[in-house]
Amino acid sequence: MTYGIVIVSHVPEIAAGLPKLLTQVAAHIDITHAGGTDDNDIGTSMLKISSAFDENTADELLAFYDLGSAKMNLEMAIEMADKPVHLYNTALIEGAYTAATLLEAGVSLPDVEKQLKPLVIK
Amino acid sequence: MLTPEIARLWLNHFAALIDDNKAHLSDLDTPIGDADHGNNMARGMVALTEALQAKPDLDLAGVFKASAMALISKVGGASGPLYGTAFLEMAKTAKNSADLPTLLDAALAGVIKRGGAEVGDKTMVDAWTPLVKATHDGTLSQAVIDEAVASTEPLVAKKGRAAYLGERGIGHRDPGAESTGYLFKALLETEGTL
Repeated sequence: MTYGIVIVSHVPEIAAGLPKLLTQVAAHIDITHAGGTDDNDIGTSMLKISSAFDENTADELLAFYDLGSAKMNLEMAIEMADKPVHLYNTALIEGAYTAATLLEAGVSLPDVEKQLKPLVIK
Repeated sequence: MLTPEIARLWLNHFAALIDDNKAHLSDLDTPIGDADHGNNMARGMVALTEALQAKPDLDLAGVFKASAMALISKVGGASGPLYGTAFLEMAKTAKNSADLPTLLDAALAGVIKRGGAEVGDKTMVDAWTPLVKATHDGTLSQAVIDEAVASTEPLVAKKGRAAYLGERGIGHRDPGAESTGYLFKALLETEGTL
């Protein structure tokens, strides 16, 4: 079983930038992202999120997002996804960074989730 | 009983009302949101009308499904998944029923499931809930619509971008409730729906 991370943001540059930070501590974890609308405006796109799921080579995904409508589009993409995706309501950067660090160290998903709990803010 | 033809007229009229009022919707979204509701909805409704035009032979479920997919893929803000889910749930229900209030029940359940809002949270649910009930009771009118939409003004937002502002949003009308008002206004103004 391999775990990957998916980052979803309203802003293309935020979605593309955060994986740079995560890769520093998680060189072996597949991290994909979806940012902005289909036209790269501010917003989120269910199609882009589904693509980020498909592009991620891991068996199971941990998804992190910035604001409200990103969550709704994530949930719709999860309903249509063909692999398990776990959605976390944590602060985006801190949550994803925590998960990346722990997954790289081979920590189990239940233990990762335990450490994500105090970072839940939404 | 709703037919695919009447459903098309209703949705196209909704699109026209959104287009006519997109500046107003974005204005409502400016003090308590991110100022994009009108433009997001207008972009989605253009995609919706184009999708329906491209497929003239859809059954009732197909009309709602094509509408849902257009909004889900083109809107970008919260209204895309919310209206998209509403129409998707209507599409599912339309396989077994062409009864408008029954379809709208499914739509409202979808909006609540997707957004997690309850009545009183200052969202489109505050408009949807009494207006769906009015279609059951046969009492839908412009006055009922205006009252449902205005009911969001004194509320403190619990969901969406306006929730960040807390009590500072009191007195402002929820833009999602306003666009929901247009959906029901379009029903009133489309012969054969009610």
